[in-house]
Amino acid sequence: MASPATSSAGLLHSAIVAAPIDVARLISLAQADGVGALSVFLGTVRDLNDGRPVTGMDYEAYEAMAASELAAVAREVCAATPGLRVTIEHRIGTLAIGEVSVAIVAAHAHRGPAMDGSRAIIESLKQRVPIWKREHYVDGDRAWVDPTKSARTLTEGAR
Amino acid sequence: MTTVSVLLFASYADAFGTRRLPVALSAPCAVADVVSALRSLPGGDRLPAKPLVAVNHAFASYDLIVQPTDEVALIPPVAGG
Repeated sequence: MASPATSSAGLLHSAIVAAPIDVARLISLAQADGVGALSVFLGTVRDLNDGRPVTGMDYEAYEAMAASELAAVAREVCAATPGLRVTIEHRIGTLAIGEVSVAIVAAHAHRGPAMDGSRAIIESLKQRVPIWKREHYVDGDRAWVDPTKSARTLTEGAR
Repeated sequence: MTTVSVLLFASYADAFGTRRLPVALSAPCAVADVVSALRSLPGGDRLPAKPLVAVNHAFASYDLIVQPTDEVALIPPVAGG
């Protein structure tokens, strides 16, 4: 799935993966001599959601569509940001607290487009890419996260 | 009649107790007809008012006509990241 080494801009690599994400590799793939800034966004599994302790998370994807939507999201942001170089992976399966669920590297000659690019990609990903997560709780209970019903949703976008 | 095989994920798979559900409909049928048929099945009362539907890996409007060969999926509220 990785593209050959190139100095051209755009989406260089995107994938849904079952194994731990190699962030250093994603950074390396995005690097180029013309890059002056790399913005790395990592989403990690948190131990608390809506006030309830969480012990782990299952991520499930509609894999074929998730792969194409993930690439589409990144390509749209690249199209709006000339010179942006992006690598991205989203992990599925069972993750422990602190593990990386999504990694986005946005590289550019300048920090503004790099940082705006990684932010734009994660926000769009959360709206469109068909991936779901099920929280594990201390008491053994498990529940799918529904952002449309979360009390947190209203403030999350502002942070 | 035509049979559409609907893919289910996450909370919707739990609601229907399966990840793939064949739905018999009279042709031609639209996405809205598929959703209505699903709603009448056991577990269908757990669907929201207007669940998202994807046809051939793209989000689809409710008036899109579904072909038997199309890949139809019901998409729960997404929660990636």
